[in-house]
Amino acid sequence: MNKMEKALRELSEMDELAAHASPVHGLCPTAKLLTAIAYILTVVSFNKYDLSGLSVMLLYPVLLFQVSGIPVRTCFYKLRIVLPLVMAVGLFNPIFDRAPMLTLGTVVVSGGVVSMLSLMLKGLLCLMVSFLLMATTPIDALCAALRRLHVPGMLVTLLLLTYRYVGVMTEELAVMTDAYHLRAPGQKGIHISAWGSFLGQLLLRSMDRAQELYSSMLLRGYHEHFHYVDFKPFTFSDGLYTVGCTAAFLLLRFVNVAQALGGLIVR
Amino acid sequence: MIEFQHVSFAYERGRSVIEDLSFSIADGEAVGLIGANGAGKSTVMKLLLGLVSGEGTILVDGVPVNRQNLSQIRRKLGFVLQNSDNQMFMPTVYEDMIFAPLNYGLSREATEARVDAVLEQLGLQELKHRHNHKISGGEKRMAAIATILAMEPEAVLMDEPTSALDPYNRRLVINTIRGLKQTKLITSHDLDMILDTCDRVILLSAGRIAADGPADQILRDRELLEAHRMELPFCLAGRRLE
Repeated sequence: MNKMEKALRELSEMDELAAHASPVHGLCPTAKLLTAIAYILTVVSFNKYDLSGLSVMLLYPVLLFQVSGIPVRTCFYKLRIVLPLVMAVGLFNPIFDRAPMLTLGTVVVSGGVVSMLSLMLKGLLCLMVSFLLMATTPIDALCAALRRLHVPGMLVTLLLLTYRYVGVMTEELAVMTDAYHLRAPGQKGIHISAWGSFLGQLLLRSMDRAQELYSSMLLRGYHEHFHYVDFKPFTFSDGLYTVGCTAAFLLLRFVNVAQALGGLIVR
Repeated sequence: MIEFQHVSFAYERGRSVIEDLSFSIADGEAVGLIGANGAGKSTVMKLLLGLVSGEGTILVDGVPVNRQNLSQIRRKLGFVLQNSDNQMFMPTVYEDMIFAPLNYGLSREATEARVDAVLEQLGLQELKHRHNHKISGGEKRMAAIATILAMEPEAVLMDEPTSALDPYNRRLVINTIRGLKQTKLITSHDLDMILDTCDRVILLSAGRIAADGPADQILRDRELLEAHRMELPFCLAGRRLE
């Protein structure tokens, strides 16, 4: 099995995760989407030095992992490529911000280190919640929810078709890679001299496919409007979940629970 | 139902793909469009569906195929593409099946009933909520036919419907085609399938009609077929594979 085929399997594993049954899976996709958006907005709004306040936000994804039955290991495994990139965002903060902020025993921690850790945690939390949303909601349900929230149809269609065809194009790439390796024994990857023609071929194939796909849509009456399946309606309990979670996020945002608990222990 | 009147087409100036093509297909007829690679079979389909436009007149139920009438024309014609992956662009079979009926203004309830009826007709009920990228090639081809039947077209056009299928799925597709009541226009190199499913055959060669007549007659004419880079169907050849 080559790398592309492994990537394909991983993609279909996301569908399998989304097909599980749990209280989180059973929620209306719109409720889950709104809550995820509220969570991400709350997380990014934290002050860059407010590491203790931010750390409490970890509770929500931990709770979701527990209730949905999705293994944390799977999340980190699937995010292994994006995670380092997100983590790298605040890497230079310790260089530019050297003002001492706190002391841990004899170690003085600068503001740059705190803000770097805070940025890393923000990235991690946002990625985890996005992953949980994808792992508990089928893509078609998610697209229907986006349309319900009046996200432009063109963007949603793009998302849907990208998801559908990323697998098909990966298959194409897998076939091309296999064909290359069968005629280039002993080579580890694809030699740099072949990159241009390799990508060019893939682009041409993608364009051909896109053209035929668009024709197929036109022949079935497409006129810039996709119809999505009616998924679970937004019920009172979904509303309660959304409002309850958002209220909890706001509470955690404006009341530093970690500090308050720490204060109690110190006292 | 379908009429080509002196139709010509060229992708590049001076290099005609279709030259002065005239034929008609009556309601309920099953016609096989055969010919060597580059004979113009796919172009005939594209012209009929209004995906490309050439010279001459093409009529569907008396309505000319032109930009103004495209929606009306395409509603009557269901086209099954050779590559089912290009046809099945939605995440699940069900969503693909409701795509056309909803686009043509059918209510959700009526669409649902139609989808269920088509799935039952083809025995594909278990595919309904399956993901398109997870079903096999044979299932995908059957599902692609189902998406077209859900449109309730007056004519079904098929481009190589049995290509890349194993014998079991090929037979399944053939039986399905035979069961369709609509007018059928099928392009294929699988002449055994054409013999099984079509009453009439149009043999294209270099963009012109080389022969047009009963399938049983044309597909038995070894000289004619070989003169146009084709062979007798295996079932009629009466010989072993060399």
